[in-house]
Amino acid sequence: MPASFSPIFDNASSQAAAISDLFKVVLAICGVILVIVSSMVGISLIRFRHRPGSEEPPSYFGNRKLEIVWTVGPILIIIWLFALTARGMRQFDPPANREPDLIVIGHQWWWEVRYPQTGVVTANEIHIPVGRKWLVRLESADVIHDFWVPALARKMQMIPGQTNHTWMRFSVIAESPAAFGAWLRGQVNPAAIPAADSAQTGLKIFQTMTCINCHSLRGVSIAANAAPDLTHLADRTILGAGVLSNTETNLFRWLKNPQDFKPGCFMPNLKLTDAQAGTLTSYLEILK
Amino acid sequence: MSEDASTFIAIETPAAASAPRGLFSWVATVDHKRIGILYLLTTLVFFVIGGVEALLMRIQLARPNNTFLSPDAFDQMFTMHGTTMIFLVVMPTLIGLANYLVPLMIGARDMAFPRLNALSFWLLPCGGLLLHFSLLAGGAPAVGWFSYAPLSETSYATTSGVDYWTLSLLILGVGSVAASINLIATILTQRAPGLTIRRLPLFVWMVFVNSFLVILALPALNAAIVMLFIDRHLGTHFFAPANGGSAVLWQHFFWAFGHPEVYIMALPAFGIISEVVPVFSRRPIFGYEFVAASTVAIALLSFGVWAHHMFAVGLGHPMDLFFAATSMMIAVPTGIKVFAWSATMWGGAIRLTTAMLFAVAFLIQFTIGGLSGITFAVVPIDWQVTGTYYLVAHFHYVLFGGTFFAVFAGLYYWFPKITGRMLSERLGKLNFWMALIGFNTAFFVQHFLGLMGMARRIYTYPDLPGWGLLNMISTIGAFLLGASVLVLLWNIIVSLRHGKPAGANPWQAWTLEWATTSPPPAHNFDRVPLIRSRRPLWDLAHPENSDPIVGGIAARDGFVLEKNRVGIISFLITESVFFLMLILAYLYYNNHAMNGPTPTSMLNPQRTGIYTLCLLASSLTIWLAGKKLEAKKHSAFRWLLTLTILLGTVFIIGQGREYLRIFHAGVMVNSNLFATTFFTLTGFHGLHVCVGLIALLILMGLSLAGDFKQGRIEAVKSIGLYWHFVDAVWLVVFSVIYLRLLL
Repeated sequence: MPASFSPIFDNASSQAAAISDLFKVVLAICGVILVIVSSMVGISLIRFRHRPGSEEPPSYFGNRKLEIVWTVGPILIIIWLFALTARGMRQFDPPANREPDLIVIGHQWWWEVRYPQTGVVTANEIHIPVGRKWLVRLESADVIHDFWVPALARKMQMIPGQTNHTWMRFSVIAESPAAFGAWLRGQVNPAAIPAADSAQTGLKIFQTMTCINCHSLRGVSIAANAAPDLTHLADRTILGAGVLSNTETNLFRWLKNPQDFKPGCFMPNLKLTDAQAGTLTSYLEILK
Repeated sequence: MSEDASTFIAIETPAAASAPRGLFSWVATVDHKRIGILYLLTTLVFFVIGGVEALLMRIQLARPNNTFLSPDAFDQMFTMHGTTMIFLVVMPTLIGLANYLVPLMIGARDMAFPRLNALSFWLLPCGGLLLHFSLLAGGAPAVGWFSYAPLSETSYATTSGVDYWTLSLLILGVGSVAASINLIATILTQRAPGLTIRRLPLFVWMVFVNSFLVILALPALNAAIVMLFIDRHLGTHFFAPANGGSAVLWQHFFWAFGHPEVYIMALPAFGIISEVVPVFSRRPIFGYEFVAASTVAIALLSFGVWAHHMFAVGLGHPMDLFFAATSMMIAVPTGIKVFAWSATMWGGAIRLTTAMLFAVAFLIQFTIGGLSGITFAVVPIDWQVTGTYYLVAHFHYVLFGGTFFAVFAGLYYWFPKITGRMLSERLGKLNFWMALIGFNTAFFVQHFLGLMGMARRIYTYPDLPGWGLLNMISTIGAFLLGASVLVLLWNIIVSLRHGKPAGANPWQAWTLEWATTSPPPAHNFDRVPLIRSRRPLWDLAHPENSDPIVGGIAARDGFVLEKNRVGIISFLITESVFFLMLILAYLYYNNHAMNGPTPTSMLNPQRTGIYTLCLLASSLTIWLAGKKLEAKKHSAFRWLLTLTILLGTVFIIGQGREYLRIFHAGVMVNSNLFATTFFTLTGFHGLHVCVGLIALLILMGLSLAGDFKQGRIEAVKSIGLYWHFVDAVWLVVFSVIYLRLLL
């Protein structure tokens, strides 16, 4: 994703662009007000300084007309702002009676990503096709989370609770509809079957070392939704909801002790030996 | 006109006692000046603690992927920093200043209730120590200063940190409410002759309006945290969505307190600026009436904007638009003030003392913070920037660049009055420039960080372009700001010993606190000047050019109030809000059918109706008792009082039997949300009845001891009002819970 100063202003969707335009107008209005106040204060500080020996300035208690002006003026400005606000909000209304294209469920501390029309389940990495409006349903499995892709759309809380901290980055990859379709078709497939010996041993480790109690592998076993679905783990760019980039070395280090990288997350240190972690990694690496 | 008998009013003061000495005299004091100083010293300690917590966070955030603080430690830091700064620093500093200054500014001898004043103070270190004890008891709370549910429920916040947070806030809340009741009663009943409401100094007026905000907003918090505490310890589910509770309800309840709270932290600061800017511009405030009226407008509107903290919750466009409109409206009265202060400077003769420097910085910084607040009111913009560092920048600009700079201004302005010595202007200017540069460096860049996508309450961040640099700049600014506080502390210490003696009125100011020595004697005033306008000392010094008389020569307020009555009515107002929240929770959760026990299956309106009649009858009997006492018929008074106590006891026994019946049916407070809300609402009401019965017994004791023979029966009238209130609340509760069944 190209680096930009602000994804809010260098955005990639019509919704985000609408907000950014509105923001520029509002900032301009605020800027004018700040200039007026600063000028009043600044000029006073220069022109109306006390000169030693001079008398007290004449007592001036106010000017009703001026006070009315600076009451009515702001009222008119906020009426204008309110109209802009009401207009700006309208394009965020989701259409009624439409099935969601994407369901994202917040967990402590990862994102469950579901594509309901194809049954694909993945985690922490969201692919979407460009040029389409998608309805995204947001849920939470535990506490409140905030879902936000500034370059694309507004922030929305995932009730029931409020997120507090930490690594919950996810990647959004917007690609051409053809590339998206290819990605999605790949994701529909069940987990790859290990061929090499080490990968087969790795799968056995996965099944016996309690991994399968939390992590689903479609085609192998489905676990309760306590942890990310790993069916196509090797395709993802990040691990641990953004803690590490997804390389073989990083995966090995994560398996050795996830608490080193994401202290407090719910994946315990399984005390794998180097050999076990190595074979497990070679299995997980085939899960494209 | 020379100083003669007509320019001063002799006031009756008891013989001036010699000032009490020794450490214990400070512990036992009920003198508002000493209590004010105790407040300020205590908040100074918590300010340093809260500042250290902030600096620790800034160290962690100075570089990407930093490991200085663990995620959990970081969460504890931001929770404690926010809670400490709001409840242990800003609020009590403003209350402490008000405590010191209000009686002096109204020409009174002390607050209306000196012993209540002392209690209010001591609840502050008590609550503060309790909160910090959590650090030794398994960990500080780590759920943010607003403790959103269900994260704050026991399933997710497993240590007792949230419990310490809850209990300490309850204690601190009682202290704040008590102090505000005291301020209301003082301002309404203790003013010197000639000081009508229309002639009040703006600091006093704003503290007065603010005190109503406190007594109306704090009980909403108390109700919410009581419910959270019950959830955490009695297994109920007020805010646990997994069992039918509502996380959004917590947000509504919390922000119903939380938004007025930010105005509670702003209004007294506005009052400080309204005193400092005129004096150092040598001009009266521009447009006193508009400024005073705008204060009331802000107070009223502040109760109607709370859900602008919830625009990202998905409340629906109608609600979002309503709160957007009210949030924008509240900018108008605030703007009136900013323009008024600026206009006061225009055409004046400005003296840039340190106090004035801080006040001018306040004007610009508060405007910046207020304008960024306007951007949040535009809902789609809020949808992008809420929960980011843009928001962190906004509230630090209004609370630190605004309120706290106003506090610094007030400190430099009133330090001479409090201590009798001037603070060093040289050190003061150093303090100011370091604070100005440090504050703006630390927080201006945070606007950009938020726009770049940096969320708040994250313990670290990835190495994205510009994020590390801006965070490092912010950290450097924060440390500079911290250093400026050290300069301030040094200035205070040095000036206490070697500061220039101040004299009564070093700034040639105009309000009554400057009409006595520095520091004032224990009884505050030997005599009070004649008060005809808003600037009595200006009139005294410039008889040929005195201010126009405000309200006519023989002006009086159209009312005379008695302080006990004002006190108890203020207390009843605060209790009403507490009950209102419990009633709202009951209505919210009993609006639809649910599993488990229901009102129809558990309750008997007819039986409870009979007990209700007993309670209502007891209101009649205590009213009659009061009448008898006024007619000095002490024996009849005691008989009627006994009857009242008996009727009240019958009611409590009836409630108790109903509870027992429900328990025997196997229903406990955590059975379902009907049971929870039923027991909570009727339980707190029953508690109020019991407290009332104890108070009535105390009245009985006082009567038997002959206390009322002199005709001073305010206590009876006050308790009588409380008893009527408890009955009135029961009428509402009875209708909401029982009468609905008959419909």
